[in-house]
Amino acid sequence: MHELSITQSIVEIVIDYAGGKAVRRVQIEIGELSSIMPDALRFCFDVCSKDTVAEGAELEILRTEGQGRCLDCGREMPMAQLFALCSCGSRKVQCIKGQELRVKELEVV
Amino acid sequence: MCTTCGCSDDAQMRLTKLDGSTHSHEHTHADGSTHSHEHAHEHEHEHEHKHENSAESVGLRQAPDKSIQIEQDILFKNNLKADENRRYFHERSILALNLVSAPGSGKTTLLEKTILALKNKVVINVLEGDQETANDAQRIRATGIDVIQINTGAGCHLESKIVSTGLKQLNPENGSILFIENVGNLVCPALFDLGERSKVAILSVTEGEDKPLKYPHMFKAASILILSKIDLLPYLKFDIDLCIKNALIVNPEIRIIKVSALSGEGLSEWIQLIEAMLQKPL
Repeated sequence: MHELSITQSIVEIVIDYAGGKAVRRVQIEIGELSSIMPDALRFCFDVCSKDTVAEGAELEILRTEGQGRCLDCGREMPMAQLFALCSCGSRKVQCIKGQELRVKELEVV
Repeated sequence: MCTTCGCSDDAQMRLTKLDGSTHSHEHTHADGSTHSHEHAHEHEHEHEHKHENSAESVGLRQAPDKSIQIEQDILFKNNLKADENRRYFHERSILALNLVSAPGSGKTTLLEKTILALKNKVVINVLEGDQETANDAQRIRATGIDVIQINTGAGCHLESKIVSTGLKQLNPENGSILFIENVGNLVCPALFDLGERSKVAILSVTEGEDKPLKYPHMFKAASILILSKIDLLPYLKFDIDLCIKNALIVNPEIRIIKVSALSGEGLSEWIQLIEAMLQKPL
C-alpha cells in the first residue's frame, strides 16, 4: 500500500506551497506505468489531507500513457506495460513516458 | 517527524539496534500512550484572520482563486535523502545492497550464509526491515555482526530517511558492506531509492516462473537476480529456464545467479560478485 506514503508526500508538497491558504484543487500527474492506483490515491488523499489546508480539496489526476524508445534502433513505441519488444527484435526498450509521479499545480483560495 | 528514529507520527516506525550492547528503544505513536519524546513541527502554520474592514467581510469582492505552478516530483524528498545516502556510501567506499523479494523467498537465510562466508574478510552491517518482530535481526545478530531492526508498522517498504537514521546508529566503517533487507514485498520497495548501489531481487523456485512478468517494476529496478532454493528443484514443476527467460524479457541486463543457501550450490558465484563490486567502486 505504497499509495499511503505517496499521498503523504503529496500532502507535504501541497502544504509547503500553499503558504497557509486553503487549497481548492490539487492537480497531479500519475503515469500509467507508475504502479500507483489512482483510486487508492483518492482514498488516501481524503485521509491524509484531514486537518490540513488541503482538506476538502479536489484531487485532479492526469494520466500519462506509456511510451518507450528502443536503445538499439532508436524507434519509439507505445508501452502498455513496463517491458516491450521492438519491431527490430530488441528487448532493450527504455520507458521514456508513463512513470511520472508529479504534483503539477495548486489552486488556493 | 520523530528525530530519534525518523518515524513519522502515524507510521508507527520503530528502530532497534542489536549490536551486543544493551541499547534499544521502542515507542508507540498515534495513541499517545508511550510517548517519551517531543515531535518538532516541520513547518509553520500561517493563521489567517478576517478583519472587520477586510474586502471580503465588507462584501466588496472575493479574491479570485490563485493557481500555483509546482511541477514537483512526488518522491523528491525520498530521492534527495537517497542521494545523501549515496554520497555517504561513496565517501566511505561502502558497498550498499538492497535485498528485495516476496516474503519467504529466503532472504535472511541467504544473508546468514553470505555473512558467514565474508565476515572474516570484510566488515558487514545489516539493516533489517520487517513490519513487526526482531526475529530476523536476531538471526543476523547470531552470526556475530552489528544489525539494526527497523519495524515499519503499517509501512510496506523502507524509505531513504529511515535508512539514513539507521546509518547514524550503525556508523559503518570505511570499506565495509551494508546489506539492507527490505520488507518482504514485490511491489512497493521498487519505487523507493535508498541510495544503494544495487537492488538484488531474490526469487525462490517455490514461486511461479512468471513472477518477473507479474511484478515487472521490481525486476526492472533490480540489477541482480538470485534464484534461490534450487536444492528443491527435483521436487517441483518449476521450469527454471522459463523463469530466466521471463526475467530477461523484463530486464535484458539483469545478472542472474542460481543459489541454494542450504547446500551452498552457487553461493561462491554470488560471493565473488560481491567481492568484485567491493573492489570496483562506482
